[in-house]
Amino acid sequence: MSYEFDFSFLDEYLPDLWHGIWLTLGMTTASILPGFALGTLCAVGRLYGPPWARRAVVIYVEGIRNTPLIIQVFWLFFGLAVLQVRIGPFAAAVIALVINVGAYTAEIMRAGFLSIPKGQIEAASCLALKPSQALWSVQLPQAVERVYPALVSQFVLMMLATSIMSQISAEELTGVAYMIQSFTFRGFEVYLVIAVIYLVMASLLRLTLLGVAQVSFPRRRRLGTPL
Amino acid sequence: MLGLTIEQIAYLFRGAGWTIVLSLLGFVGGTLLGLPVALARSSQSRLARALSGVLVQVVQGIPLPVIMFVVYFGISIGGFDVPALVAAGVAMTLYAGAYLGEIWKGCILAVPRTQWEAGECLALTSTQRFVFVILPQALRIAVPPTVGFLVQIVKNTSYSVVINFFDLTYSAKVINNSTFRPFTVFTIAALIYFAICFPMSLLASRFERRLHRG
Repeated sequence: MSYEFDFSFLDEYLPDLWHGIWLTLGMTTASILPGFALGTLCAVGRLYGPPWARRAVVIYVEGIRNTPLIIQVFWLFFGLAVLQVRIGPFAAAVIALVINVGAYTAEIMRAGFLSIPKGQIEAASCLALKPSQALWSVQLPQAVERVYPALVSQFVLMMLATSIMSQISAEELTGVAYMIQSFTFRGFEVYLVIAVIYLVMASLLRLTLLGVAQVSFPRRRRLGTPL
Repeated sequence: MLGLTIEQIAYLFRGAGWTIVLSLLGFVGGTLLGLPVALARSSQSRLARALSGVLVQVVQGIPLPVIMFVVYFGISIGGFDVPALVAAGVAMTLYAGAYLGEIWKGCILAVPRTQWEAGECLALTSTQRFVFVILPQALRIAVPPTVGFLVQIVKNTSYSVVINFFDLTYSAKVINNSTFRPFTVFTIAALIYFAICFPMSLLASRFERRLHRG
């Protein structure tokens, strides 16, 4: 087999690659916090909410977790187009990602809330904290701290999942790769480069999120206990 | 029915059939690759651990659609014209092998150390120890997460749409392009996926509860 590798496309298309990288990172960062908030809200609703809220959360979580992201994206994007709502691929992608990652986060955060010792909640009520105060300043920080590594993995997976957003014509990294490939006919080389870029981005995102934990978890900072 | 003809619905189910075929391919291939990876990841040899660790990290750090593209274009530079099924099958094998290997490594290491030591005391060779003592116990632990991962495999076959493999997602896309009824088409597709995945999710969590009860 004599195949000549040719990476010369890198020079010409470097700006496009940067553009794709920024869009991928932008989509990811725009989805992390809303997705986390939605998931936490659902976890709280599932654990402490009225029966109808619990049932609604179960349906939402199981519905999302048992269907592919790409079907959810198509449903939303093409559905909105039929309803004459024009929001563009980037916004549609972010909404779909938030809804998707919210369901996974809900399960992770539920496990986090369930793992908090009962004594913590009792101590909070002894200190005359209202249930909402206890939830916000006692349970939530501890739950996040306990499940943080799982959350990080989930958000890294979400970053990798943005690679299908080119299917709804969002020009993220994989979409840029497809464009370069169709001009240069160097599909193998293009996607090898893209794969390496994703690897680096996944590692950087993981390191950044773990770095955030170092700074933001007071117990970790003061006592040095592992996450 | 629902604004779709019987043929169009049948077309969706034909796609669903190929989704199942690709899922099975991915699971069988993933098992064949995942077993050696799990053994290497939990082995005594530092080199084997490092090499298999790199494989797992690399596959888990690259999006599955990109793996599909790399395999698709990678096979075709050899001058072969590959059917999308082969490329998608190889990509699913790599993907499932890396994840299953990592899951099963955890199951092997979850068997208490004392079991290894007891096997040694009974003068079993290391192969005997592994096959007769460790493996049966590891398999029991491995059932719930493996069934759970099957759900991931079925869902992630949908990414093969990027190399135009004819599966449920692709057929739904085609029907939507010709009928322009996205809510109907993609709701049906989602329901079919749900009907495949949800029973397995339930099964996985039931197995898990049973395992914890002992």
